[in-house]
Amino acid sequence: MNDMTSEGPMVEFRKDLFADERDDNLNEVGKPTRRQDILGHVTGRSPFFDDHLFNGLLHMRCARSPHHHARIRRIDTSAAEKMPGVVRVLTGRDVPVNLNTLLSLLDFGLDDEPLLSETKVAYIGEPVAAVIAETEAQARAAASAVHVEWEVLPHVLDVEEAIKPGAPAVLDIYPNNKFVYHGKYDHQKLRYGDVDAAFRGVDHVVEGRYQMSPIEQAPIETCGAIAAPEQNDRYVCYTSTQALFFSLGTAAKMLKIPSSRLHFIGGTVGGGFGGKVDSIHEPLAILGTMLTGRPVKYAWDRAEEMQVGAPRGAERWYITDGVMANGRIVARKFIGYFDAGAYTRLSSYAIIKGVGHLPGPYTIPNVYADVFCVYTNRTPATAMRGFGITGVDFAIEAHMDKIAETVGMNPIELRILNAYRDGDMKAHRREAKNCALIECAQVVAEKAGVTLSPEFKAATSMTGGGGARAALPAFTATDEDGRVEGFAATSYAKKSGASSAPVPGAAPASRPARVQASAQSPARPAAQPASPPSAAPVHTADPADKKPARSGAMRFSSLSGFRRR
Amino acid sequence: MTVHKGRGFAAINYPIGMNLGGDPSQALVHSNPDGKFTVALSAIDLGQGMKSVTRQIAAETLGVPVEDVYVDTADSDTGPHDMGSFASRGTHRMGNAVIRASEEARQVMLEAAAEELEVDAGDLVTDGKGNIHVRGAASRSITTMAAAQAAQFRQGRTIAGRGIFLIPLSEVDPETGEMSPVTTFAHAAMLVTVEVDDETGEVAVTDMQSAYEVGRALNPKLVEQQLRGGAWMGMSHAAWETTEPYYPTRDHRPEDFNTYIMPGPGDLAPHHISILERPAADGPYGGKGPGEMCANPVLPAVVNAVYDAVGVRIDDLPVTPEKVLRGIQAIGGAKPRQAL
Amino acid sequence: MAKTPVTFTLNGSAKAAFANPGQNLLDFLRREVGDLAPKYGCGQGTCGACTVTIDGETMLSCLVLAQAVEGQDVRTASGLATGATLDPLQVAFMDHFAAQCGYCTPGMLVSARALLDRNPRPGREDVIEAISGNLCRCTGYEPIIAAILAVANGKARA
Repeated sequence: MNDMTSEGPMVEFRKDLFADERDDNLNEVGKPTRRQDILGHVTGRSPFFDDHLFNGLLHMRCARSPHHHARIRRIDTSAAEKMPGVVRVLTGRDVPVNLNTLLSLLDFGLDDEPLLSETKVAYIGEPVAAVIAETEAQARAAASAVHVEWEVLPHVLDVEEAIKPGAPAVLDIYPNNKFVYHGKYDHQKLRYGDVDAAFRGVDHVVEGRYQMSPIEQAPIETCGAIAAPEQNDRYVCYTSTQALFFSLGTAAKMLKIPSSRLHFIGGTVGGGFGGKVDSIHEPLAILGTMLTGRPVKYAWDRAEEMQVGAPRGAERWYITDGVMANGRIVARKFIGYFDAGAYTRLSSYAIIKGVGHLPGPYTIPNVYADVFCVYTNRTPATAMRGFGITGVDFAIEAHMDKIAETVGMNPIELRILNAYRDGDMKAHRREAKNCALIECAQVVAEKAGVTLSPEFKAATSMTGGGGARAALPAFTATDEDGRVEGFAATSYAKKSGASSAPVPGAAPASRPARVQASAQSPARPAAQPASPPSAAPVHTADPADKKPARSGAMRFSSLSGFRRR
Repeated sequence: MTVHKGRGFAAINYPIGMNLGGDPSQALVHSNPDGKFTVALSAIDLGQGMKSVTRQIAAETLGVPVEDVYVDTADSDTGPHDMGSFASRGTHRMGNAVIRASEEARQVMLEAAAEELEVDAGDLVTDGKGNIHVRGAASRSITTMAAAQAAQFRQGRTIAGRGIFLIPLSEVDPETGEMSPVTTFAHAAMLVTVEVDDETGEVAVTDMQSAYEVGRALNPKLVEQQLRGGAWMGMSHAAWETTEPYYPTRDHRPEDFNTYIMPGPGDLAPHHISILERPAADGPYGGKGPGEMCANPVLPAVVNAVYDAVGVRIDDLPVTPEKVLRGIQAIGGAKPRQAL
Repeated sequence: MAKTPVTFTLNGSAKAAFANPGQNLLDFLRREVGDLAPKYGCGQGTCGACTVTIDGETMLSCLVLAQAVEGQDVRTASGLATGATLDPLQVAFMDHFAAQCGYCTPGMLVSARALLDRNPRPGREDVIEAISGNLCRCTGYEPIIAAILAVANGKARA
């Protein structure tokens, strides 16, 4: 099916590929049905959060840090309070629970970020007071009149500088500006096979360093919320959030209000791209409403959206590949640094997602990664389209071209040669299924007039995988580098290794036998059984830990090693 | 001053859904007495088409025309919990929840029709046009409207359904990183053509040839919307936008769209898209979510194309005229390879 | 705080409302008059989401003082339809999937309508020029250009 407009570019559906895996005989699915919401869009009737009118609406604007890093000696709101139209000025004292981390709702990580900072600021733009006034202009003027006495502190902006001993402590709950994983390490490890041994036997070692700068999600609608008193002693909140219950839960926690008293309305958002999950506007708008008794709007202007709103965090990747002369990559090593900025937000989770993605869609028998979540004195990062993946995929695919040049191979053929196929074992020790990288590469080669040799034209994702490629490595080198002390490892931190429950809809994976770790980790259980582990994980109980042995689903808290009370 | 042409390639996959799982989505489906269905969600439509794709999925599963289905979202009072619209999870998780809720509602609808027609519910099929009839005997038929009215006012049945889709949270091994990230992946390959001006350093993307594998294109136009818009954003990532042009210093931070630059309608590259479909075993009708992976292959394809055009490797995004010119200087002049 | 009365025509109807000192036309139309179609995207005149026409000319309402439209003819996206009949551009945008989040759409349609009013047979470059001040983050612009050209070339449904 071709759609060729006379001036426009083409879309085609390659129904011929994987046809035997599809039943295309459907009724509504597969049709180019007009969008349910597009009539509202073209008439201007689609109700974005700000498209609701309120009598007596107040406007909130924040006073913000001009410094990368500073202690707050004193916040003086007296001048601001006297300015025309000002109804109330909020500071951290007014916030019932003024410390949170976004993923606390999933029990992952320590609370680290205030809604309105009281003791310290760690990035330019960090809010320290919220002015509520009759008009936006009055709120803006009064925010400039909030006077703060700062004690400027040294700051650090480079991830590799930030992790050196003696660097300014951006977040002093974590040592050396690195998030702590499993209560045990200052990074997340990926260990599969033995890259150092493999490097000794390769024809080429190819190194690269890649950097991606921060990027704004830049939706045309900025982040914001309007909160108002509703009947029956509840609050309604119209919001641009991408995650309604995430925001509701965050507001309930920070304002110490039962979730049943919050009524969140949204769902029609002017672009998000990941920048509307941080749930900052809802708690502040609702707090304003609670304390003034009137509707309050808190929305970022474009300058704030750009520099105060969390961007996609910068990433720095070092990749070292061991390559044979025929183009087969046999070893790949990553050192990755995610720049989380001043607070954790979602960055801790991005590292796990990134590690689960390595080494890319290729079957490589030896893979090593150390990936760090690093704090610096810049705007905190958050999710953005491709979160945890975009930066490392840029690095991997730029690196693949370097390899192609090194071995003198067509870059598309290099991808096909190394591509993963159905049945291959992946570096995170799960079977590859439902692959299609090869077919995508072949379709593009054909369209772009790149001739592939017969071997690569004949390759498919369904052939050539599995067999020896399905086996786990005979030996995996592990280490205790980056060990962190002083963080209570919970009873969940030591596990037998495999998932506790089978994934619904997927064939039950045969649990691969775990490789015996090196002698440096005596606390680890001894030789692993090849059969699926029992539901209750083996753990050595901390004498102080009186909780019963865990059963049932895994919890996020074990990733960070921090239990919530 | 010479403009050099170059081509660059990249291939990627993308995990569908929140990493490690543990991200539930719920849906509620119910019929009014006329056989018109409401799907109540708290999912968010950011423009990606959440309301539209769940509407089609519900209609397909219920066996009714899409005109008889309305998706209502998002209100925390009426919509059950959903984790949110991110991580390309919407179609996969919410789509599955909607299928489960719709299946339950459909079953009650068929039982109501079966009672009216005095047959077994297992013998009934829907025609997708608003009718329920005995398999192989289209004349023994009742409209969905009549079945709903009978259910409500005579039989006392609720034509309604509930659905939840949850992949249990995976563990992560601290020593090896072993984990179950997601259950399915989408794929893409991209070849871009650029023109690099060796006097100004400016890079223009002049053509994009792509292949995207999306499981199943639940709505081909919605998929095309994502792929086109996403590839445009990828182009912007590669060679236009950043909040910190001199990262890691914070100098010259843009605060408006004059200094935060993105390609405009005059900068577009024709983008020729091929869509492949290898259904995900646990995707709704096999669908995967194309919303994030569409941008990713463009970034490396552009830098690879710049190298092909002038022999300069830019390992530091975004590509800027300044970086291109410094690179050309460093190698003593443009060295086109034009190898692809 | 002294408010200023502003009397003007909005989408063909006589309107009067009070503007706060320094209030811009965008905020005035949305809050004081109740026309929510023009949107706030930047307040800096760089995104076009607030585009309206004033006496036939496209203007960025976030940069216009509300009281400056005294006596003038203001048109927003709300005025594109005639009663219940949509403007062909609105139909074409729907048919061509020229909107995703819909936030830039009202401003985009105003710019497109102004183009076709002054140049009924634009080429692709004319369309690009006309919408260059309307940023879209979702669509990548191609379907918008296609929709406008379809109306211009008489290929769109009425």
